[in-house]
Amino acid sequence: MSTTSLTQVGAAQAPAPLLELKGVSVNFDGFWALNDLNLCLAPGELRAVIGPNGAGKTTFLDVITGKVRPTRGEVLFKGRSLIGQSEHRIARRGIGRKFQTPRVYQNLTPRRNLEVAVTRNHSPLDLLFGRLSSGLRDRVQHLLAVVGLENQANQLAGGLSHGQKQWLEIAMLVAQDPQLLLVDEPVAGLTDEETERTSDLLRQLAGDHTVLVIEHDMEFIRDLQAPVTVLHEGHVLCEGTMDQVQSDPRVIEVYLGHDHEESAQADGNGKEVI
Amino acid sequence: MKRSLQGWILVAALIAVALLLPAVLPPFRLNLLGRFLSLGIAALGVDLIWGYTGMLSLGQGIFFALGGYAVGMYLQLNSLTPGQLPEFFSLYGVKALPAFWQPFTSPLFTLLAIWVIPAVIAGLLGYLVFRNRIKGVYFSILTQAALLVFFNFFNGQQKLINGTNGLKTDTAQLFGMMVGHPDMQRALYWVTLVLVLLAWLLCRQLTRGRFGDALIAIRDDEPRLRFTGYNPTAYKTLVFAIAGGLAGISGALYTVQSGIVSPQYMGVAFSIEMVIWVAVGGRGTLIGAVLGAVLINYAKSLISEQLPETWLFIQGGLFLLVVTALPDGLVGWWRLGGVNHLLAMVGRAPRLATYPDLELDPDRLQESQALSTQASEARPQPGDTP
Amino acid sequence: MDLLYDTLFNGLAIGSVLVLAALGLAVVFGLMGVINMAHGELMMIGAYTTYVVQNLFKTGPLESLFPIYILIAIPAAFLISGLAGLLLEKTVIRRLYGRPLETLLATWGVSLILQQFVRSVSTAFFVGLLVAVAIGVITPLVSPPALWQKRSSPLLRTGSWVVAGAIGIGLASALGQVMVLDTPWFSARNIDVTAPEWLRESISLGSLNMPTARLFIIALTAVCLLAVNRFLQKSVWGIRIRAVTQNRSMSSCLGIPTEQVDALTFLVGSGLAGVAGAALTLLGPVGPNLGGSYIVDCFMVVVLGGVGKLAGTLVAALGIGVLSFVIGSGSLLVVWPTMPVALNELVTFFATSSMAKVLVFALVVLFLQIRPAGLFPQKGRMVEA
Repeated sequence: MSTTSLTQVGAAQAPAPLLELKGVSVNFDGFWALNDLNLCLAPGELRAVIGPNGAGKTTFLDVITGKVRPTRGEVLFKGRSLIGQSEHRIARRGIGRKFQTPRVYQNLTPRRNLEVAVTRNHSPLDLLFGRLSSGLRDRVQHLLAVVGLENQANQLAGGLSHGQKQWLEIAMLVAQDPQLLLVDEPVAGLTDEETERTSDLLRQLAGDHTVLVIEHDMEFIRDLQAPVTVLHEGHVLCEGTMDQVQSDPRVIEVYLGHDHEESAQADGNGKEVI
Repeated sequence: MKRSLQGWILVAALIAVALLLPAVLPPFRLNLLGRFLSLGIAALGVDLIWGYTGMLSLGQGIFFALGGYAVGMYLQLNSLTPGQLPEFFSLYGVKALPAFWQPFTSPLFTLLAIWVIPAVIAGLLGYLVFRNRIKGVYFSILTQAALLVFFNFFNGQQKLINGTNGLKTDTAQLFGMMVGHPDMQRALYWVTLVLVLLAWLLCRQLTRGRFGDALIAIRDDEPRLRFTGYNPTAYKTLVFAIAGGLAGISGALYTVQSGIVSPQYMGVAFSIEMVIWVAVGGRGTLIGAVLGAVLINYAKSLISEQLPETWLFIQGGLFLLVVTALPDGLVGWWRLGGVNHLLAMVGRAPRLATYPDLELDPDRLQESQALSTQASEARPQPGDTP
Repeated sequence: MDLLYDTLFNGLAIGSVLVLAALGLAVVFGLMGVINMAHGELMMIGAYTTYVVQNLFKTGPLESLFPIYILIAIPAAFLISGLAGLLLEKTVIRRLYGRPLETLLATWGVSLILQQFVRSVSTAFFVGLLVAVAIGVITPLVSPPALWQKRSSPLLRTGSWVVAGAIGIGLASALGQVMVLDTPWFSARNIDVTAPEWLRESISLGSLNMPTARLFIIALTAVCLLAVNRFLQKSVWGIRIRAVTQNRSMSSCLGIPTEQVDALTFLVGSGLAGVAGAALTLLGPVGPNLGGSYIVDCFMVVVLGGVGKLAGTLVAALGIGVLSFVIGSGSLLVVWPTMPVALNELVTFFATSSMAKVLVFALVVLFLQIRPAGLFPQKGRMVEA
């Protein structure tokens, strides 16, 4: 396991990164949500990002997807800057995002949710007069089967369970077929089995796509067998394999504070917590 | 499938009634019906932007009145002998026809202006607001302010457009006949009916396909749609312009049937009333919008004839009722099995289960039980550990 | 130069009324994201309260206190409008929490009812209404509780209210046979409030003529602003209000009773509307339609000023007030008589109060193109997407 991870870490230093953040800082009214953040993603890489609450994980995604404009720094995607681009243009350039809480269109059926996501030409006129190609419709049908929503395909998505919504949103992200997938807490509220299937799915996607996952669930991150980046107070604390990261004293301190007695106790309790 | 069949039967029945009524109703009532049907077109526009896209415009009166003024100006000019000016100009000492009146001598231009001008203005206003991502109540307030701007302008400009008095159309000539003549009014009823149908078909086309899905997606979660690569501003601008155009047509038809267009059409209250027609009929259902417009206005005219001072109480009550107790309106209530619910309350019908599918299909029931056992075995979440 | 001061003074006076009127709206909007379309009618209630108080002081034992009735009327207006607002919050707005557009429509419905209420209310009407409400409220309390837990209970509840309403209407029309009871209290006509002598004078400062009524309104606005500011900054409940305004769910988690905060805010906001209504009676006759003429201006203030900061409301209201007056009165022409002809025509074109509104609103919309969040936007990471 550790060897594969290490090769992937090696790949991150390859000459042409897909995504590159250089010295990105975001200031909210005097509070630095991101502080000189540097990060590189190689094409096809699967990367996990962890960090305690308030480490800036969501702001980090907001900066990439154009929701928040960084105060300083540069974000490059395929060598071109994303700064100042509107969200939909960034999305069209090949960056897709799944949100922390599942966000599906409640008043559309899962099938239509997927159709909205799978659409390649986003102009109103095309939606009015054009038809969805049969290839894309097959893709929707296929994705419905993958996430097990075939039976509910024509009921309103608002009535789905939390787990089903999570899966539907992941399916929407896949339907969108972006080069870079930003996945924010994909397994929150999922069962063990569903979590496992999610990590399988994400590992499958990596390679063809570049995937960045933010999660709190350490077991899940371990399952991903991906290099881990730890964020703390808006910058990268360390990078490495799960094992390396977990034994890094800085990470332990960030997660558990200075109280060593407490940290020893938590270590004894289980591996869910670093 | 079943619902669409039901819908078609309802539409067919309504059309049949609309076809029969001219034979039954006296001219005065028929004229009222024609007016209210034309309001239905504006209601369809409100339904598009509010019911489907989730933008509450309180300024549809602008576009309604613009359509009305377009036809009003044409009729004023059409009834003149060459070289004459509309009568009111002489009151304010205006000697030459203002430039912006000139094109309205042409019937073709007028036919276009009725819907193009409101649509363009709506599109422009909408674009300025939407591009700044102003939405929700801010959008509502701004549309209301815009309404007041237009009202003040039309109300204050005697020399240009006869100010408060508006333009009378019932004594004007159209195709060599007086617009207010019963035969003409009867013909206008048929025109209105056809246009309502066309407007309904247009809106149906807009809402049932992928475009309609995008509108609903905007209503449900606009930012999410943005991150999927759509530009909601384009959609919102387009649909707001379409609603504006529909309001313009509605205003033109209403004007020729009521005999006058005045700045009162841009009153704050009237534009909010449009919303309540849609709300009562059923937001997000096209047939509900038309039905609501006709029903509410008929009720209003009946009640105002009998007990004028109670109408505001009733209208105010309607706003409260529809928002608190009947959020899907009459048609929505019907579609969601409202009648069955009512019968169930008095013990006449089986109360609907929360998941009707599960109760009717034993296989699905087992499936759901299996799901729930799975869920109960779910492991504790990371947050649960100390 | 005098003219400039004169214009500024009058603009300031008009702006202060707007500040008073918009202040309550802005506080409520900031807290609950709710636009209260009945805000103007709460102002009207304040104005009518002033009228009633004034009538009490006109004759009888209180006559000698007439010169200071306004000092009683203002707190009374605050209280009555505040209570009306509280009732509105408890019965309607609370049910619609998180649905701002529906709240807007519902409050519009309330505003229609309130307008017609002051036009129609007579003793017979009032007694009928009171009886109907009493029956409606008491019926479930005195009948067996089992009756209200059945499937058919919603129908029963509706039915009992219908019956209560019918009894009320019947009673009202029976009482209405007696002329005295049927006479409307206020009727649809405008009512005229006589200001005390000292508020009908004016103070001259050089050639500047300042009516005391306007000075009084400016002072009243200043007092209200300071009081609200102090309340929000220093008092326990004020701090709670600010906390909920910034982050509702977090405040709720910290044990702040958000429901009570909502109710209190609504009471204060509505009370301020009442004070604004009382102030308006000093400027001229008031009628049932009073609210309509101010409400859109107030909304503009809220849009322009942004939410969450009193300074925004103050600057936006004064700005709109002064600008409307300066443009509408055509003062520019007098100040600068030698302006170019084209400009002169333009200024003359907008030199009526309604055309001034056209220009000012257009300017507001233009301003929002540059600063969509208003003059004083709240920064920071939004909790919402």
